Amino acid sequence: MTREVYHKELKELEDELLQMAGTVAKAIDGSVKALKKRDIKASKEIVEKDLLINKKRFEIEERCLLLIATQQPMAVDLRTIAAILYIITDLERIADHAEGIAKISIMIGKEPLVKPLIDVPRMAEKGLSMLDRCLKAFVDRDAKTAKTICDEDDEVDGLYEQVYRELLLLMIGNPKIIEGATYLIWVAHNLERIADRVTNIAERVVFMVTGKMEEINVSKY
Amino acid sequence: MSGEIKIEVKGLNFYYSGGIHVLKNITLPVNKNTVTALIGPSGCGKTTFLRCLNRMHDLYPGNRYEGEILMDGKDILDMDVDIIRLRSRVGMVFQKPTPFPMSILENITFGLKLMDIRRSEFVDRVEESLKNAALWDETKDRLQESAYSLSGGQQQRLCIARALAVEPDVILMDEPCSALDPIATARIEDLIAELKRNYTVVIVTHNMQQAARVSEFAGFFMTGELIEFDVTKRIFTAPSNKLTEDYITGRFG
Repeated sequence: MTREVYHKELKELEDELLQMAGTVAKAIDGSVKALKKRDIKASKEIVEKDLLINKKRFEIEERCLLLIATQQPMAVDLRTIAAILYIITDLERIADHAEGIAKISIMIGKEPLVKPLIDVPRMAEKGLSMLDRCLKAFVDRDAKTAKTICDEDDEVDGLYEQVYRELLLLMIGNPKIIEGATYLIWVAHNLERIADRVTNIAERVVFMVTGKMEEINVSKY
Repeated sequence: MSGEIKIEVKGLNFYYSGGIHVLKNITLPVNKNTVTALIGPSGCGKTTFLRCLNRMHDLYPGNRYEGEILMDGKDILDMDVDIIRLRSRVGMVFQKPTPFPMSILENITFGLKLMDIRRSEFVDRVEESLKNAALWDETKDRLQESAYSLSGGQQQRLCIARALAVEPDVILMDEPCSALDPIATARIEDLIAELKRNYTVVIVTHNMQQAARVSEFAGFFMTGELIEFDVTKRIFTAPSNKLTEDYITGRFG
C-alpha cells in the first residue's frame, strides 16, 4: 500500500514551501540593505516582488487543498499539510513586513537617515537567522530546536525596545527629526513583527513533529 | 477514555484449529453507545477479533479462545453461555449483503421465529427495525417482494434491519460498505451514526477515512496484536505508535 505518488507530491509541496521561504528571506535582507544604502530602486523592486510572493502563497495553498481532497492525508502527513498552510500565511505576512520596510525607504526618499543604522540591521540579521534555523528544523523534523528559536524572540524584542528608546530620546532632543525618526521606529516595528511571525512558524514545526499545539513564547508587543 | 464500558476484552488469545495463534493478548474496552473501529492490514486479525465478540468461531471445531470477553460484566467465553442468545444480543453484518432467499418481510421475521417471539409482535418489530435501518420508506409497500429485488445498499440495510429485529445490544460490522457504491456507503455511515444512540457498534473497515468519520474509538491491529487503541481523533491525527503512523499514512502495508 505504499503511496509513492502521494509522498512525492508531499515532498514537492515541502520544496515549494522552502523555495517561498528563501524568496521571503531575500526580501527581508534586501529591504534593510536598500534602506541602509538609500537605494530606492532596490526598495521598489522589493515592493514589486511582493506580488509574486503572494501568488506563490496561493499556489501552495491550492496544492495543500488538492492533496487533502485527493489523498485524505492522515497523522503526520495531515499535520505537515496543516503546518504548511499556516506557515505560508506567516511567510506571506513576513514578506509584507519586508515590503513595509521597502515602502518606508521609498517614503524617506533622498532624505538622509536621522541616525546610522546599527540595531536595525542586527534585528534583521537575528530575524533571518531565526527563520533560517526554523526552516532547517522543519526539514529535520526537529521540535527541540524549533522551541529554542521561540525563546530567541525576546532578543529581538529587546533590540526593538532599544531602538525605540534611542529614537524617542533623539526626537525629544530635536523635534525636527520626528518624522524621520518615526519612519525608523516603523522599520524596527516591522522587524520585531517578523520575529514574532517566525515564532509562529516554530510553533507549527513543533505541532507538526509532536502533534501538540502550544504557544511557546508570547510576545510583549 | 471514560464512559460506560459495554465490552471489556482482557488478555484475549485466539487459536484456529491446528493451534494457529491468530490473536495475541488483546486487551481493549468497547464503550457503550459508541462506534469502535478496527483497522489494520489484511490478515492482521481484526475480523477474527470481531468474530470472537459473538463467538462465531464456535461454528467450526477446534478453534480455541483464551482470556476474557466481559459483556456487561459477564464473560461470554464461559461454558454456560447460551450462544444463540448471545448472537441475538450481538448482531452481525457482513462484508457482502447476505439477504436470505425469501421476501423482505420474511428476512426480518426469520430471527424472530427462531427467538420464539410472539407473532402478534411481528408487525411492530418489522416496522421498527426497518425504520431503524432507514429502509422503511423504501420497502413498506413491497414487503412481500423478494429481498433480491433490492439494490446492494438496500440489501445491506435489510441485513442491518434483520439484526436489529431481535433487539441486540451490540452490532458487529465486518466491512459493511466494501461492496457498496459511494451513495449507499454514505447512507450506511449515516445509519451507523443513528444506530449508536441505541446500540454499541464495532466495525472492521479497510477504509480509514470511513473509520475516521464514523467512530469515536479506533484500534490498530497488526500480525494478531493490538498495536494501538485510542480515541479516533488521536489515532488519525497524532498516533503514538510509529507502526500506526506508518500504516495510516500509507508507508507500509
